[in-house]
Amino acid sequence: MASIDTTVSHDNHAQPYGIMRWLTTTNHKDIGTMYLVFSLLMLLVGGLMALLIRAELFEPGLQVLDPARFNQMTTMHALVMIFGAVMPGFVGFANWQVPLMIGAPDMALPRLNNFSFWILPFAFTLLLGSLLTADGGPASGWTLYAPLSVQGGMGVDMTIFAIHMMGVSSILGAINIIVTIFNLRAPGMTLMKMPLFVWTWLITAFLLIAVMPVLAGAVTMLLTDRHFGTAFFDPGGGGDPVMFQHIFWFFGHPEVYIMILPAFGIISQIIPTFARKPLFGYDSMVFATAAIAFLSFAVWAHHMFTVGMPLAGELYFMYATMLIAVPTGVKIFNWVATMWRGAMTFETPMLFAVSVVFLFTIGGLSGLMLAIVPADFQYHDTYFVVAHFHYVLFSGAVMAMMGGAYYWLPKWTGHRYNETLGKWHFWLTAVFFNITFFPQHFLGLAGMPRRIPDYALQFTEFNMVSTIGAFGLGIAQLLFVYIVVRCIMGGARADARVWEGAEGLEWTLPSPPPAHTFTTPPKIA
Amino acid sequence: MSRIAPALTPTLAAALVLMCAPARAAWDLNLPPPVTPMAAQILDLHNLILWICVVIFIGVFGVMFYSTFAHRKSRGHRAAQFSHNTRLEILWSVIPAVILVVMAVPSTLTLIEMEDTTRSDLSVKITGYQWFWEYEYMDSGYSFYSRLSTPREQIENRAAKGEHYLLEVDNELVLPVGKKVRFVLTANDVIHAWWVPKLGIKKDAIPGYVSEMWAVIEKEGVYRGQCAELCGKDHGFMPIVVRAVPAAEFEAWLGERAASAANITETVTLDPGATVSDVDPTVTVGG
Repeated sequence: MASIDTTVSHDNHAQPYGIMRWLTTTNHKDIGTMYLVFSLLMLLVGGLMALLIRAELFEPGLQVLDPARFNQMTTMHALVMIFGAVMPGFVGFANWQVPLMIGAPDMALPRLNNFSFWILPFAFTLLLGSLLTADGGPASGWTLYAPLSVQGGMGVDMTIFAIHMMGVSSILGAINIIVTIFNLRAPGMTLMKMPLFVWTWLITAFLLIAVMPVLAGAVTMLLTDRHFGTAFFDPGGGGDPVMFQHIFWFFGHPEVYIMILPAFGIISQIIPTFARKPLFGYDSMVFATAAIAFLSFAVWAHHMFTVGMPLAGELYFMYATMLIAVPTGVKIFNWVATMWRGAMTFETPMLFAVSVVFLFTIGGLSGLMLAIVPADFQYHDTYFVVAHFHYVLFSGAVMAMMGGAYYWLPKWTGHRYNETLGKWHFWLTAVFFNITFFPQHFLGLAGMPRRIPDYALQFTEFNMVSTIGAFGLGIAQLLFVYIVVRCIMGGARADARVWEGAEGLEWTLPSPPPAHTFTTPPKIA
Repeated sequence: MSRIAPALTPTLAAALVLMCAPARAAWDLNLPPPVTPMAAQILDLHNLILWICVVIFIGVFGVMFYSTFAHRKSRGHRAAQFSHNTRLEILWSVIPAVILVVMAVPSTLTLIEMEDTTRSDLSVKITGYQWFWEYEYMDSGYSFYSRLSTPREQIENRAAKGEHYLLEVDNELVLPVGKKVRFVLTANDVIHAWWVPKLGIKKDAIPGYVSEMWAVIEKEGVYRGQCAELCGKDHGFMPIVVRAVPAAEFEAWLGERAASAANITETVTLDPGATVSDVDPTVTVGG
């Protein structure tokens, strides 16, 4: 603690106030806050788009959106949620927590950090601005499959440039995280002593550096196909539409793990705290994370089983995909074993963490079903897939972030959030999430394709249930915004430890931590 | 004045539908009843894997929920401090691997059978367009287009919706029962996917590619499906209807159609930018 007291005097040195503070900041805590606020904003924007989609799908017939707008909404909802809400959200957690958890004074490259954040508002202005162009935004799904994506108007080009900018932001952020973890760990903080959140982010950062350039390549080829006379994906010019899918999913599958591994990290911090018991199988958690990341490069074509691959290709991608169930299972079992014979309490972060383990597994098991090629022929491009990826992305990634927010908010703000309201937010979210997405499994099995603005009458009932759930889920998130804002404004003082069972360097600092922390490295036992 | 109506109608409709739902029996929970041997195999495989997953799920979360009730601080449970158990960790890596092998064997066998398009009795070429299908009986060369026949008024809520709303076409694909039909798929503009759930077949129709699949329909009837790959504005409006009839009836139908098509001298060219509503649906192209 002595080290902290000497740093307090740095707090007010020559720091600009107001908007300039946020524009010029190189402080990991400020930048982390900006990432998290940006992520929350994008969650609400993407959520609004989802509600438009669900409103259209409430009953058969066209009511709210015409088919062209509908396609733009499904495309934009995905792009905003993936690149605007989930990825920046996790980078926000990394910015706040990685230096605090490894005993570093800040991120290793603070100016780069500022730059990688401030790219995002411009990228998203460009992306969302595409909706205002004459031909509207991109309408080919977030996967941007050629040749369909070659057809759109200027909105598609704006999307391509926005994706380039997001890619630069992600790559710079990832470099910063890797450099920080490799160079700024406090003495004694060996790699195998790092908190699991730091480990999952280290591996995620490598995935980002590996695959974001691949996405950039894919969309650049799309751009030249659209405007500069190339025919990468045009069979009329000797190109190949399926090649786009191979390149896209070589990015896209690791991307899936980019969005879930940090969530695993957050869960692995929360559960031991509230079970008051060390994480079970730390080593195997690290190896399982690495194994999942490694396998993620070798399974991409399971997203494209219906393109007409040769039998050998289908068999290989089926087996490789099924293999991922083993390390993923190890993680689930480790979390359950961590809870086993603990002394558990169920504050809001723990409620979120336990439900993530539970609901993510539903998505994991439906993922296993999707890996079975003959069955996938029936599931592919149906609502079964929509249900599957919302179980892993919403009740995996997003709910893990919400749990993480409740877990670290008292540390970040120095105030306790309203626990009763937090629990209300959890239960409303969990219940409405399931009302929204569980029926979509049945819709898919009954034969409803995804990405359609209107549907046959036999799909009406479950769509109505789903839409009602979606509006409940959307409204419940306003409560989250209220709780977070209230917590930032004030509330009961949080002590340094915050949670009885919390272990780790961040809990040795006062709540809120001063602007500069660990300027003298802490001693690790 | 009609501002309120659109807002109210869904609510009322929801209340009505939810109340009389059992009568409509549309709360289907599983894949539709199969009419081909492969669709039946897929359904069995799906059920097998689903139940394995359910059992695993109940097992794992039975343990977890027991723990969340029994190992609470509020019940005075003291936290144990173990963090490793090598035997357990090996066990829960090996057992899932064994279960995966159990799943992989029937999946592989089914897949090998599905991908065998040899020894077919007839071939139908399917071409996807924005936004309709073309079917060609490759042996006779007879071909025709198949488009959505649901009137625009129903889609725009100006008329009551028919029983097969959005799943009805002007020209159905007629196929013989009990014959191995080989489908050859391609597309003219963007990627589409041809899917009829009860037949258990789905494959992308890709420009510049020719892919294959097959089906033996065992039961007479009408089977409906849809395009399953986002293909633009009217992706939701290019359904598929297959009518399976006895082989003799099929031969008679095809002979008659092919003969009358040969008599048509005038061929109608298609505007590639045409949408569902503005092309004459009764187009036939002489073969």
